[in-house]
Amino acid sequence: MAQAAAVAKQPAPPRRRRGSATPRRLPYLLIAPAVLLMLGFIAYPVLSVFYYSLQDYNPTKPWRNGFAGLGNFTHAFTEDPQFWDTLVFSGKWVVVEVGLQLVFGLALALIVNQTFVGRSLGRALVFSPWAVSGVLTSAIWVLLYNSQTGISRYLADLGIGEYGTSWLSDTSTVFPAAVVADLWRGVPFFAILILADLQSVSKDLYEAAEVDGASRLRQFLHITLPHLKDAIILSTLLRAVWEFNNVDLLYTLTGGGPAGETTTLPLYIANTSVDAHDFGYASALTTVAFVILLFCSMVYLRLSKFGVGGDK
Amino acid sequence: MITKDIDTVAPAVPAPVADEPPQRPRKGRRAWDEAPRRQIYLPLGIYLLFTLVPFYWILLFALRPTGSTSLVPWPMTFEHFDKVWNDRSFGTYFENSVYVGLATLLMTTLVALAGGYALARFDFKVKRAFMLALLCSQFVPGALLLVPLFQIFAELQMINSLGSVILAETVFQLPLSMILISGFIRNVPYSLEEAAWVDGCNRFTGFRVVVLPLLRPGLIAVGSFAFVHSWNHFLFALMFLSDQEKQTIPVGLNSLMSADSVDLGALAAGGIVAAVPVVIVFAFIQKWLITGFSAGAVKG
Repeated sequence: MAQAAAVAKQPAPPRRRRGSATPRRLPYLLIAPAVLLMLGFIAYPVLSVFYYSLQDYNPTKPWRNGFAGLGNFTHAFTEDPQFWDTLVFSGKWVVVEVGLQLVFGLALALIVNQTFVGRSLGRALVFSPWAVSGVLTSAIWVLLYNSQTGISRYLADLGIGEYGTSWLSDTSTVFPAAVVADLWRGVPFFAILILADLQSVSKDLYEAAEVDGASRLRQFLHITLPHLKDAIILSTLLRAVWEFNNVDLLYTLTGGGPAGETTTLPLYIANTSVDAHDFGYASALTTVAFVILLFCSMVYLRLSKFGVGGDK
Repeated sequence: MITKDIDTVAPAVPAPVADEPPQRPRKGRRAWDEAPRRQIYLPLGIYLLFTLVPFYWILLFALRPTGSTSLVPWPMTFEHFDKVWNDRSFGTYFENSVYVGLATLLMTTLVALAGGYALARFDFKVKRAFMLALLCSQFVPGALLLVPLFQIFAELQMINSLGSVILAETVFQLPLSMILISGFIRNVPYSLEEAAWVDGCNRFTGFRVVVLPLLRPGLIAVGSFAFVHSWNHFLFALMFLSDQEKQTIPVGLNSLMSADSVDLGALAAGGIVAAVPVVIVFAFIQKWLITGFSAGAVKG
């Protein structure tokens, strides 16, 4: 406060009313940079995607460019089995990843929320993969899954499995292999968010419950879970969207293979636009993905009664 | 925050036991006061194994000579690091990544701070619409906007300059950062600022002197988020930068991986180079992260 007083002496006394300088324009000025950036680099691209979704647009085949109406959409829904395959795989990927990450993340958060010797170190270590990128995660798991010098070789030394097993190039093992790699980096995300929310549970509640003789499980079900409800809903939703959209890991780990087995819809879209240069069709697929995401999010928020009950 | 926890929790636990000896004989009571040691260390140990083996694995590959199959990195060699840093230009990539990360951190924090303050402290006409736009933008996948973004940057003559990546990273970091920061600002009582105005500060100095110091944990969390995110993200760099000397670390890693015969030692060493800065940032901010988030971020 002393500092504040010192600063205050500098400006001349007869000024506009303190603190309410330009109250009308100030908030708009403050959000202006953010608004401009988002208009230019999010809103405009989104609108142009909507626009191109109704066009045939392929720079390598300019003679076919022009208005396509809903042609791109009907093509996707009726003539493109790959669209359905990748959509189904995306759904499977998101549900499995988010479900497992939530379960393990919740368990981990509850464990490291206890008091025990070495807690700080334990937290730092189990959370550390959070900071690791998708590409680096891929690099690490490529080393682990490598058929010549990866884990499988040493397991084979112990008599488990066979030499030369490559989990990433076998269609029956590639899905669990990719899931485990993504779990490794995804669980800490949930653990950190849930642990943060656990900090705000009143200790009195547990003490009261204990006095009443409530078991640990009942304390968890009736105090901890209701308290975490909104945080869990929000973090699962954000994570689901993120897992759906993020292509770093699968792009670098499996490249969508083997045989298109691990191609998500966004990966398919990226291939359609970047490799095949079919911007019109890619835009239509993007629009579909966008609508699906929005629809699923609304349904999820409604069904989970976000913000209803479970008061803190 | 974390150390304070230990202080406050520790005395609270024995208290009920001491207060109510008659309850003690009931089964399960005492048992779970003692059982947690095992209940904590066993699952934690198993999970730690899952976390740390991959880290050990990459370290092992980076330090042992090519062709070795030993499970300990001995004899140790730094040939892979030398190769990656000099021959595979990771030195240049590293510099670019640092530049992109710091610029993104600075821009995101400044723009989000201004916007977050407006959201926390003012009621204005488009506020609800703006909040909605922020939330909706979370559903817009940067990966799916690559083509229109590419066209925009081509228009702006920014393809192949780090500026395009910095701008794109900043824009996609902004919404969440702004929501988080406005939550932090809301946690600072308005009356503190008003008191500063009474003392003669204007809005800006009042903010700088009173609010900003209290925002430190939150700003550290948001800033490091921005840094780590842009350090790690690779699609924008892959798309917008074509010259090799403009590339960033993740793109370099990717090209090591997508080579026909992957040089595992070089890949591991490159991975370590990619990991070191984020590990340092992470070690530094770990405590702030939990406090930062629990300061009402999600509830904002």
